[in-house]
Amino acid sequence: MFYREAGQFKTSYEADQSILPIFQDRIAMYIMLMFAFIVFPFIANDYWLGSILIPFLVLSLAALGLNVLTGYAGQISLGSAAFMAVGAFAAFNLHVRIPEIPFLVVFLWGGLCSAAVGMIFGLPSLRIKGFYLAVATLAAQFFIEWLFTHFDWFTNYSTSGVITAPPMHIFGFAIDNPLSKYFVVLTIVVLCAFGIRNLARSEIGRAWMAVRDMDIAAEAIGINLMKTKLLAFGVSSFLCGLAGALWAYAVLGTVEPQAFDIIRSFEILFMIIIGGLGSVSGAFLGAGFIVLLPILLNNLGSLVTGGAISTETIAHIEYMIFGAFIVFFLIVEPNGLARLWQIGKEKLRLWPFPY
Amino acid sequence: MKNILLKILQCMLKIVNQKRFILTFSVLVSVIILSLAIYLFMDYWFFLEVFIGGLLSGVMYSLVALGFVLIFKASGVFNFAQGAMVLFAALTFVRLIEMGVPMLGAATLTMLVMVILAIAIERIVLRPLVNQDLIILFMATIGLNYFIEGMAQLVWDSNVHVLDLGIDEYAAYEIGEAFVNKFDVLAALIAGGLVLLLALFFRYTVIGRALRAVADDHQAALSVGIPLRTIWIYVWSAAGLVALVAGMVWGSKLGVQFAIATVALKAIPVLIIGGFTSVPGAIIGGLIVGCGEKLAEVYLGGFVGGAIENWFPYMLAMIVLMIRPEGLFGEKIIERV
Amino acid sequence: MNNVVKNIKSNLIMSINHVNLSFGGLKALVDVSLNIYEKQILAIIGPNGAGKSCMLNIISGIYTPQEGNVEWKGEKRGKIAPHDIAKMGIARTFQNIALFRGMSALDNILTGRNLLMKRGLLAEVFYAGWAKEQEIIHRKKVEEIIDFLEIQSVRKTPVSRLPYGIQKRVELGRALAAEPELLLLDEPMAGMNVEEKEDMCRFVLDVNEQFGTTIVLIEHDMGVVMDISDRVAVLDYGRKIADGLPKDVRADKKVIDAYLGVG
Repeated sequence: MFYREAGQFKTSYEADQSILPIFQDRIAMYIMLMFAFIVFPFIANDYWLGSILIPFLVLSLAALGLNVLTGYAGQISLGSAAFMAVGAFAAFNLHVRIPEIPFLVVFLWGGLCSAAVGMIFGLPSLRIKGFYLAVATLAAQFFIEWLFTHFDWFTNYSTSGVITAPPMHIFGFAIDNPLSKYFVVLTIVVLCAFGIRNLARSEIGRAWMAVRDMDIAAEAIGINLMKTKLLAFGVSSFLCGLAGALWAYAVLGTVEPQAFDIIRSFEILFMIIIGGLGSVSGAFLGAGFIVLLPILLNNLGSLVTGGAISTETIAHIEYMIFGAFIVFFLIVEPNGLARLWQIGKEKLRLWPFPY
Repeated sequence: MKNILLKILQCMLKIVNQKRFILTFSVLVSVIILSLAIYLFMDYWFFLEVFIGGLLSGVMYSLVALGFVLIFKASGVFNFAQGAMVLFAALTFVRLIEMGVPMLGAATLTMLVMVILAIAIERIVLRPLVNQDLIILFMATIGLNYFIEGMAQLVWDSNVHVLDLGIDEYAAYEIGEAFVNKFDVLAALIAGGLVLLLALFFRYTVIGRALRAVADDHQAALSVGIPLRTIWIYVWSAAGLVALVAGMVWGSKLGVQFAIATVALKAIPVLIIGGFTSVPGAIIGGLIVGCGEKLAEVYLGGFVGGAIENWFPYMLAMIVLMIRPEGLFGEKIIERV
Repeated sequence: MNNVVKNIKSNLIMSINHVNLSFGGLKALVDVSLNIYEKQILAIIGPNGAGKSCMLNIISGIYTPQEGNVEWKGEKRGKIAPHDIAKMGIARTFQNIALFRGMSALDNILTGRNLLMKRGLLAEVFYAGWAKEQEIIHRKKVEEIIDFLEIQSVRKTPVSRLPYGIQKRVELGRALAAEPELLLLDEPMAGMNVEEKEDMCRFVLDVNEQFGTTIVLIEHDMGVVMDISDRVAVLDYGRKIADGLPKDVRADKKVIDAYLGVG
């Protein structure tokens, strides 16, 4: 009833190719953005901002990056956390050595370094595919983790091995409380999300999806596989690197390799599997799921048993539930929450009729 | 007389012309040259010790890799959960022993549990996903991995358990001035025996042939009446057996703990190098990885701060991937449009 | 019956000279020579396993013959990368539909246009300026192709949901999107009923007449072959056993023995 497209005819190709062609979708997006930018800062307390919303946003960015590589371009990567690490360390090293450079540039630099590294480790994708490629990215993950742990130059020869990230300031404003961090992260993430959405509807996005669906045919119609794949690795690693820098500066407050281990890589992979491969909203849905589930479980656990279950047991149950959800999603809806959301919208179109 | 000589020459030429022969021949030659260099310029007893130690630890990797090969050969699925299965089998076994069950009984009971697990996996995970892309199945096994890891530690616990198989871990044979760990040798023998058993099984039994058919083409196998589901239960149970043996061996060496599950990650380079579909490949791959990482650690590690064992096998694997993507013994992957 | 007699003396767009192609010990093509003339429709026929698809792959450059050479517009053509083939002006469809299953029909055809588009990462990220204009210009072109192939009603549907015959049309559209000079069709009518075949024939003829595209097609339906092609080449066991006008080939004894049979 509310979600009818009737009467919404596009009279130009430009209008037809817009990101949100359905009017109701556009309204929903505006409302969501308004909530994010205006309402949340007022109603959310520091805990919500700092421990839930900001990590959610940063991980969504990383998931977005992996979605570009795996969801759009079809190249499996198990090393996304390593590229986050590159971004974090590159940003840190630039800032610590040349403190005058503005933070936004520092973050950009983190992203660019990560993009370069990503493209190097993406070279095997020119010869191998699918699972074998996943293994090559695992190599990247372990190697980069080792690199940052074993060479003191990266940590600026800090004696403790754990470096505090210096406080940020952008355009003269000190970004030191959860609220300001939230705004910075939110803006960056929203911009990136729109940027990727734009890419998806243009020539590059189609080239990626062609490579994903059938690379032999893609080659036959003139798509240069090497350039397209490397570009996917580059863009994906850029986003992961940016996310890594944000993770270090806006979430943890420290720059440490342990935050970017293989568990993190799997976490991000799970996000896009559950959220839905090849969609921007999927990255957010998946990240939301993975960030909120442990909190939910913890609260549920203590509610139901009054604290009788140890956190360790809850952690084990979490593992089991994660695993079960992955399998469940792959069976029921391999396209993840995003597709379920789409199906929901389609049902909404017909509401109140059943079909 | 001349004819016989000619025939022999022809045969030899045919062998020499095969690519694999050239590969192994050049490897052998370089090995000989390397050994000479080591003999002349280095402390070769120490080298021998590291080398053999590496070979033996490599055998342990092969043991885990074997489980992967079984499932991959039979269903084309890379079972990421193999490590979790090793952990689960080891935990079940060691807890049963701690509860007082004699070793043989514990082993049988654990095997039973693994078979039940195999049936459950087939029914809940594999059956619904039967027509999906292999990559989806792979991701499902990642989910399975987390599930089994959580379950293993939930049901038993997450403490380190000492597993005593009655073998002294520190006893060693002496070869010249090199010490070779007795336990490692035993593990190698066990693994070798298991491999032989499996190789014979695949080649000469009806079920073995059926497994190979299923690995080749699910639909075709179904159409000639091979019961896919039963086969999968067999395979996953066999992988469970391998997991149990691997769990026992690794558990004895390291103690049964969560870290065992991560050993599975080491098996991946073994498979890449050896080839996913080859049982001898898993062995050779394991030897190469075990040797390679120990030697690299000892001789190169000093220059770069140590702990290269973590990523060295992966780098080796990547190099092999670039040169020969199907591994040393694997089957070539052909794609048709 | 195609009664228009085309000028057989039109320009040579491609010539295949004495090519030998083998895979290991298997000889796929033995001393095959073929001339492809501009703006004509050439059909390659023959029993299964005769080497027709191999021939098509040689024409499109995916395979390089062990002996012999291929001349494109008078110049010898060496080994070329698959993605450069399309840029040369050669497009093809596949025997088993090779559409991109994750995309709609419109997107598939738009992707066929990629090689005519410029790539600019930043411009496309912002979807502004020349990137946006480029999208709209090429969208227009693609819509013309969609109109031509009469698939307007299904253009936003994911291709995996489309019926087989329509998928084949979309694949044809994707090949046409590149505005090729030479179009290779690998069994374009396979698996179609009579109506769908008639439609496809009409499209193939229209493409040839309206756009002046040279067409080479592999086909098993003799009615189609005789109706729409200007010239026919027959392969058998890797060798060419006949080459000429459809009516001549139809009456050739060697062809009848090897392939057509009597009647």
